Amino acid sequence: MISLERRIDVTNRHAFIAPIASIVAAIVIITIVLLATGLDPVSTYRQIVNVSVGDPSSVSATLLNATPLLFTGLAAAVAFRMKAWNIGGEGQLYVGAIAAAGIGLLIGGSAPTIVTLLAMVAGGALVGGLWALLPAFLRVRFQTNEIITTLMLNYLGGLLLYYLIFDSRSYWRDTSSAGAVYPQGKTLDLAANWPTLTFGQIVIPFGLLLGVILAAALTVTLRMTKFGFRMRVIADSPVAGRYAGIGTGKMFLAVMVISGALAGLAGASQVGDFAHTLDPKALQAPTYGYTGIVVGALARYSPAGVVLMSLLLGALVHAGFELQGPHFPLGLVGTTEGVLLFCVIGAEFLHRYRVRVRLPRSPLAAEERERAAVSAAAPAPAKPASRYSVVRPEESEA
Amino acid sequence: MNHGLVVAVLMSGILFGTPLLLAGLGELLAERSGVLNLGVEGMMLIGAVCGFWISQRMGTGSVAALAAAVVVAGAAGGLMALIHAFVSITLRANQIVSGLALTIFGGTVGLSSYFGSVGHLTGSAGHHKFASLNVLGLAHLPLVGPLLFGQNALVYISWLLVIALSFYLFRTKTGLHLRAVGESPRAADAMGLDVVRYRYLHTIAGGVLAGVAGGSYSLLISPSWNDGMTAGAGWIAIALVIFGFWNPKLVMIGAYLFGTVAGLGFTLQARGTSLPPEFFSSLPYLLTIVTLVLVSSVWSRRRLGAPAALGVPYRREEG
Repeated sequence: MISLERRIDVTNRHAFIAPIASIVAAIVIITIVLLATGLDPVSTYRQIVNVSVGDPSSVSATLLNATPLLFTGLAAAVAFRMKAWNIGGEGQLYVGAIAAAGIGLLIGGSAPTIVTLLAMVAGGALVGGLWALLPAFLRVRFQTNEIITTLMLNYLGGLLLYYLIFDSRSYWRDTSSAGAVYPQGKTLDLAANWPTLTFGQIVIPFGLLLGVILAAALTVTLRMTKFGFRMRVIADSPVAGRYAGIGTGKMFLAVMVISGALAGLAGASQVGDFAHTLDPKALQAPTYGYTGIVVGALARYSPAGVVLMSLLLGALVHAGFELQGPHFPLGLVGTTEGVLLFCVIGAEFLHRYRVRVRLPRSPLAAEERERAAVSAAAPAPAKPASRYSVVRPEESEA
Repeated sequence: MNHGLVVAVLMSGILFGTPLLLAGLGELLAERSGVLNLGVEGMMLIGAVCGFWISQRMGTGSVAALAAAVVVAGAAGGLMALIHAFVSITLRANQIVSGLALTIFGGTVGLSSYFGSVGHLTGSAGHHKFASLNVLGLAHLPLVGPLLFGQNALVYISWLLVIALSFYLFRTKTGLHLRAVGESPRAADAMGLDVVRYRYLHTIAGGVLAGVAGGSYSLLISPSWNDGMTAGAGWIAIALVIFGFWNPKLVMIGAYLFGTVAGLGFTLQARGTSLPPEFFSSLPYLLTIVTLVLVSSVWSRRRLGAPAALGVPYRREEG
């Protein structure tokens, strides 16, 4: 007989075990997939490790791929924490990139470098935030399901990217002779390239530093401010939030805009740190927006955890591009991400429930055990402390 | 508009509406049992690639190849849905995240793309395609001929499904039980219904239909395989269930409306237009947002149709 018991005291120990167990489980499942399709798992894993952390230039490339994931991971973590289902990181990333590239093209080289940098950062965040504001407003005003609207806006953002570079003579498009052969974006002035920090041979992009600072700021906001407290209350119970006088609509708008701004920064960083032009294909191929959801979930929606998990998935995404070929189909990356996500939400179950397997032997013994269980359970009520401790949103999910 | 254009627009509406209808009916079944499955896009892509794979491996005889392809596409979609069922029903995980995981897992850069490369399918043209039939020899009639009698087998299957599901949901005891499970699993459980079993079966049935819907891309609309070829149709299908108030007939009307809009670009571009292709491609997505806003602003006042327990895991032991 298998029975489930809801854990009364959920310890933090599980918070560390769950992601690690998920990663191990995912590796086992992916190994089976590789074997089933006739690929060699050992050599595949060795290749992934080599190209992602094998030498300083690989590490630099991994960091470059982790940067957008850090932003989109934070975007998902902030929103999903409050059950604001912003699936629109992808589209917010695109429009953030469009804004940052536009600003870079406009003032790069003419304005001071620091002004250009700040304007690109601000522009990316602002436009990403606005792109998320529309579905947030529709949800608050008309109760329109934000999952569908944010997703539709991803496709619309992607089409906008294509229109600007391939089917119009927009400001972003290179209309000189080189761009006439194959449509491409104008290249930004060197002054609009974001700075880097170098440790030995390892190059750290500015975006990564910005992301780490924002992750720290978010951790403080969530733990120590009134805003963070309100978010937690609403996440636990919107009704309780309303009774407490918290404007749930305003909070929803705020969280969605912050989430969109973070995803917009991912796009700005793709332009400033990496592409230095508006490149629709390079922005769409890695699906950083959707991968951010995996990063956020693996981190159990904690900003600090997002920093770590973005590095892990950054390595995977980088390896996917580097190794792409007959022995490493690109689809392996998304497959692994999906499996990871399933494992992490599956592990949440073990986090919340205790599974008891009892084998029924003789009826008499079962009866005896039952009696013992009743007498053991009776004098032991729930720990009083648990009634007063703050329940974290992801654990209290109904 | 001349007569030829009207027929062309309506025909393309049915063509592009068919995958939306099949996937929408599947999602409707799952949601009626209380399970929200956001993995439709992933299940469709897996169905599309698996169906195409089989049809390419089967040599001669289009009928056998296509029948096998549809069965495999449906089975693949059903297996995908089984993952979601296990994670969201048995493990009681958040259904939204589990559905997203399914779409990422199967999606554009996921398992469907993986199968596409290991099966050497990407970019190859299909050997088999669902052909238009001539039912009762009436396909040559003006207007109604092609629309009613000149469709392909998948379209007729989808029509039969609309009738069958309407009957099942509203005229049979099992359908009544299914709706009870979606509205109030605790009451259904008290009645002696097996909530878990109802949810599993209908989630899997939804996956089968999503798989076949995917197959209608790779075996009908454009017989080939390309990564992410469904281009968001799975998400529109989810929206259609909301527009259609969880009613098969209304889902059908919605599917053809959206199919017409999706097909409009192709029809008009073939006849020459100066508008950029992105304009036409963006119409279904824009229309989805606008319709959803209209429906939800009415719906929020009247609370029509949605199963009350939609998206809520059932925990028997926590009464």
